Amino acid sequence: MKKRTYNNPVGVGKYTGLLLITPFIAGFLLFTLYPFAASFLLGLTDYDGVHPPQFIGFENYRELLADSELHDAALVTIKYTLILVPLKLIISLFAAMLLNLEVKGIGIYRTAFYVPSILGANLAVVIMWQFLFTSGGLVNQLIGLTGADAVSWYGDSRYALVTIILLRLWEFGSAMVLFLNALRDVPKEYYDAAKVDGCGGVRSFFAITLPMLKNVIFLNLVLQTIAAMQEFNAPYMLTGGGPMRSTYTIGMMIYNEMFRYHDAGTANAVSWLLFLCITAAVLILFRLTGRNREDSI
Amino acid sequence: MKKKITAYLLLTAIALVMIYPLLWLIGASFKSNDEIFSSVWFMPKHFDFSVYRSAWETVTPYSMGHYFLNTFCIIIPKTVFAVLSSVLVAYGFARFDFPMKRMWFSLLMGSMFMPAIVTVMPLYLLWSRLGVLDTYIPLTLPSLFAAEGMFVFMLIQFMKGVPKEFDEAARLDGCGALKTLFYVLVPCIRPVIVSISVFTFLWTMNDFLTPLINISSVEKYPLSLALRLSSDSTGNGYEQCKIIAMSVIGLIPSAAVFAAAQKKFISGITAGGLTG
Repeated sequence: MKKRTYNNPVGVGKYTGLLLITPFIAGFLLFTLYPFAASFLLGLTDYDGVHPPQFIGFENYRELLADSELHDAALVTIKYTLILVPLKLIISLFAAMLLNLEVKGIGIYRTAFYVPSILGANLAVVIMWQFLFTSGGLVNQLIGLTGADAVSWYGDSRYALVTIILLRLWEFGSAMVLFLNALRDVPKEYYDAAKVDGCGGVRSFFAITLPMLKNVIFLNLVLQTIAAMQEFNAPYMLTGGGPMRSTYTIGMMIYNEMFRYHDAGTANAVSWLLFLCITAAVLILFRLTGRNREDSI
Repeated sequence: MKKKITAYLLLTAIALVMIYPLLWLIGASFKSNDEIFSSVWFMPKHFDFSVYRSAWETVTPYSMGHYFLNTFCIIIPKTVFAVLSSVLVAYGFARFDFPMKRMWFSLLMGSMFMPAIVTVMPLYLLWSRLGVLDTYIPLTLPSLFAAEGMFVFMLIQFMKGVPKEFDEAARLDGCGALKTLFYVLVPCIRPVIVSISVFTFLWTMNDFLTPLINISSVEKYPLSLALRLSSDSTGNGYEQCKIIAMSVIGLIPSAAVFAAAQKKFISGITAGGLTG
């Protein structure tokens, strides 16, 4: 076997770099690898967090797969992800294209579009959302102005999830920033050439913009899907998972199993099921867009 | 020309949707309950700043000043830890070759895509076994280990942009690896360091789940939990403007930091390209 040579400055050994990244190595072992392994093992036990865990094999998983609570939570999470992610991508791409139009005063608009994401998950924003959508809140008053009937946003199981989706859509800024950077890298000449060839705006969007943004669309798709599938904060704070579990996400279920029912075994089993689902979703996205892991991110 | 007008109309319409709720929130802090639920216009009929004095006192046993102090006791060490550890790790990746470098780098990239919620429960159990629940250790310690792969990634990108000749010159002048890092590289990459600090600040201000799980005594609550507690303990008949005023106060630090760092911050993320 050929011995590997290390391409380092003169006088620097091969362990200097390794020494510098020790914080990462230690952190990876402690805060990523250990919790993932522990989560899997604890998922195989009956454990209340106080008494020593009892090994019970895949009993937790067997019970979970027959549990209507998991079925409901999975359906809510899937519905939420499938509605939120495409809408958020479309809105953020649209906003980024508007901001890319270099008109005067664009900086102010950019800030305005980005501010909600900066304040983001701040609890104050959630309290604001509560007030906006309560029965006599701003949104219902606006609906009233158009002559339509007020909607019971939090009391009606058809609409509760909508308030959460709207909150997350309002925070499209982070996806938008990624799109905006990518748009800046598209050479202007492409559009000029397309214009000369008689391409309209719509056509050049599909023929130039979308293909040029392929990678960043994919990155946003993966990041937003991962984030949506673990949603916890908004349902926990806005709706408590109700009414009738209509906003009860898997994230909520993990929290409840652990801190309400004190069933650490089940909580960890659900965590692992979620992890497997997220991995599967990401792999499907890779497959659908026809790329292998290496060249994308 | 027509195209420009359409663009402005659309931009303004979106900006209105983004900003109006926040304006409404500020206005509502001066309104009576009746006014909040009867008028869509954000401007209150009259301004009475005394609501902010009583909001500062909160409905909990401590004032907002106390919760701010708690929050900063978490944010300051966290930011220092995150910057220090990420800079060291990024330096290792950007400038040196070492055994299994490719594998470690893949793990770093992969860790950015790990769903955090899976690690929450086992870590909680670990902290509980170590007996550090209800302290700030679970909230701050992970930052000491370059826990945000994204930060390291941003730093690596920036460090690679600094010519290697700079390092070479420093080495000839007798600087070791660490001296080179702090005297040569760090001054060149200040914008990313600002971005990282701002991100850490904003994320910590916004974080809810970690303190919710790990902090149990009200005395140690950061701002987010204090807001939650106040909004839970105020019923319907209560003057809503007080809790709204508390929310406005709670948003000020994030807004101020964003305003102060906006230019550098945006140039930093345009390079690394990620936010919450």
